[in-house]
Amino acid sequence: MNANIIFLLFVGALVGAASAYLGSFMVLKRMSLVGDALSHVALPGIAVALTFGINPMLGALVALLIATVGIWYLSDHTEVYPEALVGVFFTASLSLGLLITPEPELLEALFGNIDKIGLSDGVLTFAGAIIIFTVTYLISKKLLLGVISDDLAKSQGINISKINLIYLLMVALVVALGVKFLGTLLTGAMVIIPAASAKNIARGVKDFHFLAIFFGVLSSIVGILIARYFGISSGPAVVLTSVVLFIFSYIFKNK
Amino acid sequence: MAENILSVNNLKVIFDNHTILNNISFDVKRDDTLAVLGPNGAGKTVLFRALLGLIPYEGKIEWAPNINIGYVPQKLSVGKDIPLTVAEFLQFKEKDMNKIYLVLEEVGFQKEAEHIHNDRRVLKTRIGALSGGELQRVLIAYALLGDPQVLLFDEPTTGIDVAGEETIYGLINKLQAKVDLTIIFISHEIQVVNQYAVNVLCLNREQISFGPPLKVIDKETLNKLYGGEVHLHVHNINVLHAGEHTHHHEC
Repeated sequence: MNANIIFLLFVGALVGAASAYLGSFMVLKRMSLVGDALSHVALPGIAVALTFGINPMLGALVALLIATVGIWYLSDHTEVYPEALVGVFFTASLSLGLLITPEPELLEALFGNIDKIGLSDGVLTFAGAIIIFTVTYLISKKLLLGVISDDLAKSQGINISKINLIYLLMVALVVALGVKFLGTLLTGAMVIIPAASAKNIARGVKDFHFLAIFFGVLSSIVGILIARYFGISSGPAVVLTSVVLFIFSYIFKNK
Repeated sequence: MAENILSVNNLKVIFDNHTILNNISFDVKRDDTLAVLGPNGAGKTVLFRALLGLIPYEGKIEWAPNINIGYVPQKLSVGKDIPLTVAEFLQFKEKDMNKIYLVLEEVGFQKEAEHIHNDRRVLKTRIGALSGGELQRVLIAYALLGDPQVLLFDEPTTGIDVAGEETIYGLINKLQAKVDLTIIFISHEIQVVNQYAVNVLCLNREQISFGPPLKVIDKETLNKLYGGEVHLHVHNINVLHAGEHTHHHEC
Protein backbone atom coordinates (compact mmCIF):
# COMPACT_ATOMS: atom_id res chain seq x y z
CA MET A 1 0.00 0.00 0.00
CA ASN A 2 1.54 3.30 -1.00
CA ALA A 3 1.59 6.51 0.98
CA ASN A 4 -1.02 8.11 -1.22
CA ILE A 5 -3.71 5.55 -0.50
CA ILE A 6 -3.02 5.74 3.22
CA PHE A 7 -3.42 9.50 3.02
CA LEU A 8 -6.72 9.14 1.14
CA LEU A 9 -7.99 6.56 3.61
CA PHE A 10 -7.09 8.93 6.43
CA VAL A 11 -8.93 11.86 4.85
CA GLY A 12 -11.90 9.63 4.01
CA ALA A 13 -12.05 8.28 7.56
CA LEU A 14 -12.01 11.83 8.96
CA VAL A 15 -14.87 12.91 6.73
CA GLY A 16 -16.76 9.71 7.55
CA ALA A 17 -16.28 10.18 11.29
CA ALA A 18 -17.17 13.88 11.39
CA SER A 19 -20.24 13.58 9.18
CA ALA A 20 -21.52 10.54 11.09
CA TYR A 21 -21.10 12.28 14.44
CA LEU A 22 -23.10 15.28 13.23
CA GLY A 23 -25.57 12.96 11.57
CA SER A 24 -26.27 11.22 14.87
CA PHE A 25 -27.88 14.44 16.10
CA MET A 26 -29.63 15.09 12.81
CA VAL A 27 -31.31 11.68 12.84
CA LEU A 28 -32.65 12.39 16.33
CA LYS A 29 -33.77 15.87 15.37
CA ARG A 30 -35.78 14.27 12.58
CA MET A 31 -34.29 16.58 10.02
CA SER A 32 -32.51 13.91 8.02
CA LEU A 33 -33.01 15.69 4.74
CA VAL A 34 -31.33 18.88 5.87
CA GLY A 35 -27.84 17.44 5.41
CA ASP A 36 -28.77 16.08 2.03
CA ALA A 37 -30.31 19.33 0.89
CA LEU A 38 -27.45 21.42 2.26
CA SER A 39 -24.95 19.38 0.28
CA HIS A 40 -26.64 20.52 -2.93
CA VAL A 41 -26.21 24.11 -1.90
CA ALA A 42 -22.47 23.56 -2.22
CA LEU A 43 -22.70 23.27 -6.01
CA PRO A 44 -22.93 26.95 -6.96
CA GLY A 45 -20.08 27.66 -4.54
CA ILE A 46 -17.93 25.03 -6.19
CA ALA A 47 -18.80 26.43 -9.62
CA VAL A 48 -17.75 29.93 -8.67
CA ALA A 49 -14.55 28.63 -7.06
CA LEU A 50 -13.68 26.60 -10.16
CA THR A 51 -14.29 29.59 -12.39
CA PHE A 52 -11.90 31.71 -10.34
CA GLY A 53 -9.41 28.94 -9.70
CA ILE A 54 -9.90 28.81 -5.92
CA ASN A 55 -10.06 25.59 -3.85
CA PRO A 56 -13.61 24.26 -4.44
CA MET A 57 -13.87 23.33 -0.75
CA LEU A 58 -13.65 27.00 0.18
CA GLY A 59 -16.19 27.96 -2.47
CA ALA A 60 -18.54 25.28 -1.16
CA LEU A 61 -18.00 26.45 2.40
CA VAL A 62 -18.93 30.05 1.61
CA ALA A 63 -22.09 29.00 -0.24
CA LEU A 64 -23.02 26.65 2.58
CA LEU A 65 -22.49 29.23 5.30
CA ILE A 66 -24.70 31.71 3.50
CA ALA A 67 -27.42 29.11 2.97
CA THR A 68 -27.19 27.87 6.57
CA VAL A 69 -27.53 31.30 8.11
CA GLY A 70 -30.36 32.01 5.68
CA ILE A 71 -32.27 28.85 6.59
CA TRP A 72 -31.68 29.39 10.28
CA TYR A 73 -32.79 33.02 10.15
CA LEU A 74 -35.92 32.32 8.13
CA SER A 75 -36.98 29.32 10.20
CA ASP A 76 -36.51 31.39 13.33
CA HIS A 77 -38.24 34.49 12.09
CA THR A 78 -40.98 33.32 9.76
CA GLU A 79 -43.81 30.87 9.96
CA VAL A 80 -42.63 28.86 6.95
CA TYR A 81 -42.06 25.20 7.72
CA PRO A 82 -38.27 24.57 7.78
CA GLU A 83 -38.50 21.51 5.53
CA ALA A 84 -40.20 23.63 2.87
CA LEU A 85 -37.45 26.25 3.20
CA VAL A 86 -34.80 23.61 2.82
CA GLY A 87 -36.56 22.29 -0.27
CA VAL A 88 -36.64 25.74 -1.86
CA PHE A 89 -32.98 26.47 -1.08
CA PHE A 90 -31.90 23.12 -2.32
CA THR A 91 -33.64 23.08 -5.70
CA ALA A 92 -32.77 26.71 -6.34
CA SER A 93 -29.08 26.20 -5.68
CA LEU A 94 -28.90 22.92 -7.54
CA SER A 95 -30.40 24.54 -10.65
CA LEU A 96 -28.14 27.55 -10.34
CA GLY A 97 -25.12 25.33 -9.77
CA LEU A 98 -25.88 23.14 -12.80
CA LEU A 99 -26.08 26.24 -14.98
CA ILE A 100 -22.85 27.84 -13.88
CA THR A 101 -20.57 24.86 -13.26
CA PRO A 102 -18.07 24.49 -16.14
CA GLU A 103 -19.08 21.38 -18.08
CA PRO A 104 -15.81 19.40 -17.73
CA GLU A 105 -15.93 19.68 -13.95
CA LEU A 106 -19.64 19.02 -13.56
CA LEU A 107 -19.44 15.27 -13.02
CA GLU A 108 -16.68 15.71 -10.49
CA ALA A 109 -18.60 18.41 -8.64
CA LEU A 110 -21.68 16.22 -8.47
CA PHE A 111 -20.06 12.94 -7.46
CA GLY A 112 -16.61 13.84 -6.20
CA ASN A 113 -13.21 12.62 -7.24
CA ILE A 114 -10.97 11.28 -4.57
CA ASP A 115 -7.88 11.42 -6.81
CA LYS A 116 -8.12 15.21 -6.85
CA ILE A 117 -7.64 15.41 -3.09
CA GLY A 118 -4.31 17.05 -2.40
CA LEU A 119 -2.27 17.78 0.69
CA SER A 120 -3.93 21.16 1.28
CA ASP A 121 -7.35 19.46 1.21
CA GLY A 122 -6.04 16.97 3.73
CA VAL A 123 -4.91 19.74 6.04
CA LEU A 124 -8.27 21.55 5.69
CA THR A 125 -10.13 18.31 6.41
CA PHE A 126 -8.03 17.61 9.48
CA ALA A 127 -8.53 21.11 10.87
CA GLY A 128 -12.23 21.03 10.02
CA ALA A 129 -12.75 17.66 11.68
CA ILE A 130 -11.10 18.88 14.88
CA ILE A 131 -13.35 21.95 14.93
CA ILE A 132 -16.45 19.83 14.30
CA PHE A 133 -15.70 17.30 17.02
CA THR A 134 -14.75 19.90 19.61
CA VAL A 135 -17.60 22.31 19.02
CA THR A 136 -20.27 19.64 18.62
CA TYR A 137 -19.11 17.81 21.73
CA LEU A 138 -19.33 21.04 23.72
CA ILE A 139 -22.92 21.72 22.66
CA SER A 140 -24.03 18.07 22.58
CA LYS A 141 -25.90 18.02 25.91
CA LYS A 142 -27.81 21.19 25.13
CA LEU A 143 -28.52 20.01 21.61
CA LEU A 144 -29.91 16.70 22.86
CA LEU A 145 -31.98 18.34 25.57
CA GLY A 146 -33.46 20.60 22.91
CA VAL A 147 -34.30 17.54 20.81
CA ILE A 148 -36.03 15.89 23.75
CA SER A 149 -38.02 18.94 24.77
CA ASP A 150 -37.63 22.44 23.52
CA ASP A 151 -39.49 23.89 26.51
CA LEU A 152 -37.50 21.87 29.02
CA ALA A 153 -34.23 23.09 27.50
CA LYS A 154 -35.41 26.69 27.38
CA SER A 155 -36.69 26.51 30.95
CA GLN A 156 -33.10 25.72 31.95
CA GLY A 157 -31.96 28.89 30.26
CA ILE A 158 -30.51 27.22 27.16
CA ASN A 159 -30.60 29.39 24.06
CA ILE A 160 -31.84 26.73 21.65
CA SER A 161 -31.85 29.05 18.67
CA LYS A 162 -28.15 29.78 19.14
CA ILE A 163 -27.32 26.11 19.68
CA ASN A 164 -29.18 25.19 16.49
CA LEU A 165 -27.26 27.79 14.51
CA ILE A 166 -23.92 26.49 15.79
CA TYR A 167 -25.00 22.97 14.93
CA LEU A 168 -26.09 23.89 11.40
CA LEU A 169 -22.79 25.72 10.84
CA MET A 170 -20.98 22.51 11.77
CA VAL A 171 -23.11 20.61 9.26
CA ALA A 172 -22.19 23.18 6.62
CA LEU A 173 -18.53 22.69 7.46
CA VAL A 174 -18.71 18.91 7.23
CA VAL A 175 -20.48 19.08 3.88
CA ALA A 176 -17.75 21.40 2.59
CA LEU A 177 -15.14 18.90 3.73
CA GLY A 178 -16.96 16.08 2.00
CA VAL A 179 -17.67 17.62 -1.41
CA LYS A 180 -14.34 16.84 -3.02
CA PHE A 181 -14.44 13.30 -1.77
CA LEU A 182 -18.12 12.45 -2.36
CA GLY A 183 -19.52 15.28 -4.46
CA THR A 184 -22.49 17.50 -3.79
CA LEU A 185 -25.04 14.79 -4.48
CA LEU A 186 -23.61 12.15 -2.16
CA THR A 187 -22.15 14.02 0.82
CA GLY A 188 -25.52 14.12 2.56
CA ALA A 189 -25.62 10.33 2.50
CA MET A 190 -22.62 10.13 4.80
CA VAL A 191 -24.32 12.40 7.31
CA ILE A 192 -27.44 10.28 7.47
CA ILE A 193 -26.72 6.62 6.68
CA PRO A 194 -24.10 5.74 9.34
CA ALA A 195 -26.18 7.53 11.99
CA ALA A 196 -29.36 5.76 10.89
CA SER A 197 -27.53 2.42 11.07
CA ALA A 198 -26.25 3.22 14.55
CA LYS A 199 -29.74 4.16 15.70
CA ASN A 200 -30.96 0.71 14.71
CA ILE A 201 -28.78 -1.03 17.25
CA ALA A 202 -27.60 1.48 19.87
CA ARG A 203 -29.01 1.16 23.36
CA GLY A 204 -27.82 4.42 24.82
CA VAL A 205 -26.67 7.74 23.45
CA LYS A 206 -22.97 7.06 24.03
CA ASP A 207 -23.09 3.81 22.02
CA PHE A 208 -25.10 5.65 19.45
CA HIS A 209 -22.44 8.31 18.78
CA PHE A 210 -19.68 5.73 18.92
CA LEU A 211 -21.40 3.33 16.51
CA ALA A 212 -22.27 6.15 14.08
CA ILE A 213 -18.63 7.21 13.95
CA PHE A 214 -17.53 3.60 13.62
CA PHE A 215 -19.91 2.98 10.69
CA GLY A 216 -18.82 6.26 9.07
CA VAL A 217 -15.15 5.39 9.25
CA LEU A 218 -15.72 1.79 8.17
CA SER A 219 -17.82 2.85 5.16
CA SER A 220 -15.15 5.28 4.01
CA ILE A 221 -12.24 2.88 4.36
CA VAL A 222 -13.95 -0.16 2.88
CA GLY A 223 -15.56 1.92 0.13
CA ILE A 224 -12.28 3.55 -0.93
CA LEU A 225 -10.48 0.20 -0.95
CA ILE A 226 -13.22 -1.44 -3.02
CA ALA A 227 -13.15 1.49 -5.45
CA ARG A 228 -9.38 1.14 -5.79
CA TYR A 229 -9.52 -2.60 -6.29
CA PHE A 230 -12.22 -2.56 -8.96
CA GLY A 231 -11.20 0.76 -10.49
CA ILE A 232 -14.60 2.34 -9.87
CA SER A 233 -15.60 5.76 -8.57
CA SER A 234 -15.04 6.05 -4.82
CA GLY A 235 -18.05 8.23 -3.88
CA PRO A 236 -20.72 5.70 -4.87
CA ALA A 237 -18.60 2.84 -3.48
CA VAL A 238 -18.44 4.51 -0.05
CA VAL A 239 -22.14 5.34 0.00
CA LEU A 240 -23.11 1.82 -1.10
CA THR A 241 -20.87 0.32 1.58
CA SER A 242 -22.68 2.38 4.18
CA VAL A 243 -26.01 1.22 2.77
CA VAL A 244 -24.91 -2.40 3.13
CA LEU A 245 -23.98 -1.69 6.76
CA PHE A 246 -27.39 -0.11 7.23
CA ILE A 247 -29.09 -3.26 5.93
CA PHE A 248 -27.06 -5.40 8.34
CA SER A 249 -27.92 -3.11 11.25
CA TYR A 250 -31.59 -3.31 10.29
CA ILE A 251 -31.53 -7.11 10.24
CA PHE A 252 -29.71 -7.12 13.56
CA LYS A 253 -32.28 -4.74 15.05
CA ASN A 254 -35.16 -7.09 14.29
CA LYS A 255 -33.49 -10.06 15.91
CA MET B 1 -48.12 35.23 56.78
CA ALA B 2 -45.81 33.49 54.34
CA GLU B 3 -44.19 35.60 51.66
CA ASN B 4 -45.25 35.43 48.02
CA ILE B 5 -43.06 33.30 45.83
CA LEU B 6 -44.89 34.37 42.69
CA SER B 7 -46.95 37.39 41.89
CA VAL B 8 -48.77 37.75 38.57
CA ASN B 9 -50.42 41.01 37.64
CA ASN B 10 -52.60 41.70 34.61
CA LEU B 11 -50.92 39.07 32.50
CA LYS B 12 -51.79 39.12 28.83
CA VAL B 13 -50.45 36.86 26.09
CA ILE B 14 -51.06 37.53 22.42
CA PHE B 15 -50.13 35.20 19.55
CA ASP B 16 -50.62 36.36 15.97
CA ASN B 17 -53.14 39.00 17.02
CA HIS B 18 -55.15 36.43 19.00
CA THR B 19 -55.44 37.08 22.70
CA ILE B 20 -54.70 33.74 24.33
CA LEU B 21 -54.65 34.95 27.92
CA ASN B 22 -56.04 38.12 29.38
CA ASN B 23 -56.49 39.74 32.78
CA ILE B 24 -54.68 37.12 34.80
CA SER B 25 -53.72 38.17 38.33
CA PHE B 26 -52.85 35.90 41.24
CA ASP B 27 -50.28 35.31 43.95
CA VAL B 28 -48.69 32.11 45.17
CA LYS B 29 -47.32 31.87 48.67
CA ARG B 30 -44.12 30.01 49.43
CA ASP B 31 -44.76 26.30 50.08
CA ASP B 32 -48.35 26.44 48.80
CA THR B 33 -49.95 24.31 46.14
CA LEU B 34 -51.78 26.02 43.31
CA ALA B 35 -53.89 24.24 40.70
CA VAL B 36 -54.65 25.74 37.32
CA LEU B 37 -58.03 24.45 36.19
CA GLY B 38 -59.62 24.90 32.81
CA PRO B 39 -60.90 23.12 29.70
CA ASN B 40 -58.78 22.23 26.68
CA GLY B 41 -57.57 25.31 24.87
CA ALA B 42 -58.03 27.51 27.93
CA GLY B 43 -54.42 28.63 27.80
CA LYS B 44 -53.12 26.63 30.76
CA THR B 45 -49.91 25.53 29.07
CA VAL B 46 -49.47 29.02 27.63
CA LEU B 47 -49.68 30.38 31.17
CA PHE B 48 -46.91 27.97 32.21
CA ARG B 49 -44.77 28.96 29.26
CA ALA B 50 -45.19 32.60 30.23
CA LEU B 51 -44.32 31.81 33.86
CA LEU B 52 -41.17 30.09 32.65
CA GLY B 53 -40.29 33.08 30.50
CA LEU B 54 -40.42 31.07 27.26
CA ILE B 55 -42.81 33.39 25.45
CA PRO B 56 -43.35 37.15 25.31
CA TYR B 57 -46.17 38.59 27.42
CA GLU B 58 -47.62 41.83 28.70
CA GLY B 59 -48.20 42.56 32.37
CA LYS B 60 -46.10 41.46 35.30
CA ILE B 61 -44.77 38.10 36.39
CA GLU B 62 -42.63 38.42 39.50
CA TRP B 63 -40.85 35.45 41.02
CA ALA B 64 -39.13 35.77 44.39
CA PRO B 65 -35.43 36.49 43.83
CA ASN B 66 -33.01 33.60 43.16
CA ILE B 67 -35.78 31.11 42.73
CA ASN B 68 -35.01 27.76 41.15
CA ILE B 69 -37.88 26.38 39.09
CA GLY B 70 -38.29 22.73 38.15
CA TYR B 71 -40.47 22.18 35.13
CA VAL B 72 -42.21 18.88 34.41
CA PRO B 73 -43.43 18.94 30.81
CA GLN B 74 -46.48 16.96 29.76
CA LYS B 75 -44.48 14.82 27.38
CA LEU B 76 -41.24 14.69 25.46
CA SER B 77 -40.98 15.36 21.76
CA VAL B 78 -39.11 12.18 20.88
CA GLY B 79 -39.89 8.97 19.08
CA LYS B 80 -40.06 5.69 20.99
CA ASP B 81 -36.80 4.60 19.41
CA ILE B 82 -34.51 7.37 20.68
CA PRO B 83 -31.30 5.75 21.95
CA LEU B 84 -31.20 7.59 25.24
CA THR B 85 -31.32 5.83 28.58
CA VAL B 86 -32.91 7.21 31.73
CA ALA B 87 -29.44 7.51 33.28
CA GLU B 88 -28.10 9.50 30.34
CA PHE B 89 -31.11 11.78 30.47
CA LEU B 90 -30.77 12.45 34.20
CA GLN B 91 -27.04 13.03 33.76
CA PHE B 92 -27.82 16.00 31.55
CA LYS B 93 -28.50 17.72 34.86
CA GLU B 94 -26.56 15.87 37.53
CA LYS B 95 -23.22 14.07 37.37
CA ASP B 96 -23.33 12.66 40.91
CA MET B 97 -24.96 9.21 40.72
CA ASN B 98 -25.70 9.23 44.46
CA LYS B 99 -27.90 12.27 44.02
CA ILE B 100 -29.63 10.55 41.13
CA TYR B 101 -30.30 7.48 43.30
CA LEU B 102 -31.79 9.65 46.04
CA VAL B 103 -34.11 11.44 43.65
CA LEU B 104 -35.14 8.16 42.04
CA GLU B 105 -36.19 6.86 45.44
CA GLU B 106 -38.08 10.05 46.04
CA VAL B 107 -40.19 9.43 42.93
CA GLY B 108 -40.77 5.79 43.83
CA PHE B 109 -38.01 3.78 42.17
CA GLN B 110 -36.69 1.67 45.06
CA LYS B 111 -33.14 0.50 45.54
CA GLU B 112 -34.29 -3.01 44.77
CA ALA B 113 -37.70 -4.20 43.71
CA GLU B 114 -39.23 -7.23 42.08
CA HIS B 115 -40.24 -5.57 38.86
CA ILE B 116 -37.41 -4.36 36.71
CA HIS B 117 -38.97 -0.94 36.20
CA ASN B 118 -39.59 -0.33 39.88
CA ASP B 119 -36.01 0.07 40.94
CA ARG B 120 -32.70 1.53 39.88
CA ARG B 121 -32.53 -0.77 36.91
CA VAL B 122 -34.84 1.74 35.28
CA LEU B 123 -31.69 3.81 34.70
CA LYS B 124 -30.61 1.44 31.96
CA THR B 125 -33.96 1.58 30.21
CA ARG B 126 -34.42 3.62 27.10
CA ILE B 127 -36.63 6.68 27.62
CA GLY B 128 -38.95 5.48 24.87
CA ALA B 129 -39.55 2.11 26.53
CA LEU B 130 -41.03 3.63 29.70
CA SER B 131 -44.76 3.58 30.37
CA GLY B 132 -46.53 6.92 30.64
CA GLY B 133 -46.48 6.83 34.43
CA GLU B 134 -42.82 5.83 34.59
CA LEU B 135 -41.86 8.60 32.19
CA GLN B 136 -43.74 11.13 34.32
CA ARG B 137 -41.86 9.99 37.40
CA VAL B 138 -38.56 10.24 35.55
CA LEU B 139 -39.49 13.75 34.42
CA ILE B 140 -40.33 14.65 38.01
CA ALA B 141 -36.98 13.22 39.09
CA TYR B 142 -35.28 15.37 36.45
CA ALA B 143 -37.04 18.48 37.76
CA LEU B 144 -36.15 17.60 41.36
CA LEU B 145 -32.46 17.22 40.51
CA GLY B 146 -32.04 20.97 40.33
CA ASP B 147 -33.16 21.31 44.00
CA PRO B 148 -36.04 23.53 42.96
CA GLN B 149 -38.14 25.67 45.29
CA VAL B 150 -40.97 25.55 42.76
CA LEU B 151 -42.29 22.67 40.67
CA LEU B 152 -44.45 23.32 37.64
CA PHE B 153 -46.45 20.28 36.48
CA ASP B 154 -48.16 20.39 33.13
CA GLU B 155 -51.15 17.99 33.37
CA PRO B 156 -49.17 15.33 35.17
CA THR B 157 -51.53 12.49 34.31
CA THR B 158 -52.33 12.94 30.63
CA GLY B 159 -52.26 9.57 28.90
CA ILE B 160 -51.68 7.61 32.08
CA ASP B 161 -53.92 4.79 33.33
CA VAL B 162 -55.85 5.09 36.59
CA ALA B 163 -53.28 3.23 38.69
CA GLY B 164 -50.47 5.36 37.29
CA GLU B 165 -52.52 8.46 37.94
CA GLU B 166 -52.93 7.55 41.61
CA THR B 167 -49.19 7.02 41.90
CA ILE B 168 -48.48 10.43 40.41
CA TYR B 169 -50.94 12.26 42.65
CA GLY B 170 -49.69 10.28 45.63
CA LEU B 171 -46.26 11.52 44.70
CA ILE B 172 -47.42 15.13 44.40
CA ASN B 173 -49.03 14.75 47.79
CA LYS B 174 -45.73 13.50 49.20
CA LEU B 175 -43.87 16.39 47.62
CA GLN B 176 -46.30 18.85 49.20
CA ALA B 177 -44.95 17.76 52.57
CA LYS B 178 -41.44 18.76 51.54
CA VAL B 179 -40.20 21.90 53.19
CA ASP B 180 -40.03 24.93 50.92
CA LEU B 181 -41.42 23.34 47.80
CA THR B 182 -44.14 25.28 46.06
CA ILE B 183 -46.16 23.25 43.58
CA ILE B 184 -48.14 24.61 40.66
CA PHE B 185 -49.99 22.03 38.60
CA ILE B 186 -52.32 22.07 35.64
CA SER B 187 -55.39 19.90 35.73
CA HIS B 188 -58.82 19.60 34.23
CA GLU B 189 -60.10 17.29 36.95
CA ILE B 190 -62.08 18.99 39.66
CA GLN B 191 -61.75 16.16 42.20
CA VAL B 192 -57.98 16.28 41.94
CA VAL B 193 -57.97 20.05 42.38
CA ASN B 194 -60.23 19.81 45.42
CA GLN B 195 -58.09 17.16 46.98
CA TYR B 196 -54.63 18.59 46.51
CA ALA B 197 -54.71 22.31 45.86
CA VAL B 198 -54.69 25.07 48.46
CA ASN B 199 -55.74 27.58 45.83
CA VAL B 200 -57.09 27.19 42.34
CA LEU B 201 -56.88 29.50 39.36
CA CYS B 202 -59.85 28.85 37.08
CA LEU B 203 -58.92 29.78 33.58
CA ASN B 204 -60.68 29.98 30.27
CA ARG B 205 -58.59 32.48 28.32
CA GLU B 206 -59.57 34.95 31.02
CA GLN B 207 -59.33 34.52 34.72
CA ILE B 208 -62.65 33.22 35.98
CA SER B 209 -61.86 32.88 39.64
CA PHE B 210 -59.01 32.44 42.06
CA GLY B 211 -59.01 31.19 45.63
CA PRO B 212 -59.47 28.03 47.72
CA PRO B 213 -61.14 25.38 45.50
CA LEU B 214 -64.13 24.81 47.74
CA LYS B 215 -64.92 28.50 47.75
CA VAL B 216 -64.36 29.43 44.15
CA ILE B 217 -65.46 26.40 42.14
CA ASP B 218 -69.20 26.95 42.01
CA LYS B 219 -71.90 26.47 39.41
CA GLU B 220 -71.18 29.81 37.77
CA THR B 221 -67.46 29.12 37.50
CA LEU B 222 -68.11 25.69 36.04
CA ASN B 223 -70.49 27.20 33.55
CA LYS B 224 -67.85 29.66 32.44
CA LEU B 225 -65.23 26.94 32.31
CA TYR B 226 -67.11 24.20 30.58
CA GLY B 227 -70.16 25.97 29.14
CA GLY B 228 -72.88 23.57 28.00
CA GLU B 229 -70.94 20.62 29.33
CA VAL B 230 -71.79 21.57 32.86
CA HIS B 231 -74.51 18.92 33.18
CA LEU B 232 -71.82 16.31 32.76
CA HIS B 233 -70.33 17.48 36.01
CA VAL B 234 -73.47 17.26 38.13
CA HIS B 235 -71.83 14.58 40.20
CA ASN B 236 -68.88 16.84 40.86
CA ILE B 237 -71.08 19.73 41.82
CA ASN B 238 -72.88 17.56 44.37
CA VAL B 239 -69.59 16.52 45.83
CA LEU B 240 -68.64 20.13 45.84
CA HIS B 241 -71.72 21.27 47.71
CA ALA B 242 -71.26 18.55 50.26
CA GLY B 243 -67.73 19.73 50.63
CA GLU B 244 -68.82 23.31 51.03
CA HIS B 245 -71.22 22.35 53.82
CA THR B 246 -68.53 20.61 55.78
CA HIS B 247 -66.37 23.58 55.18
CA HIS B 248 -68.94 25.93 56.64
CA HIS B 249 -69.51 23.68 59.63
CA GLU B 250 -65.86 23.66 60.31
CA CYS B 251 -65.84 27.40 60.24
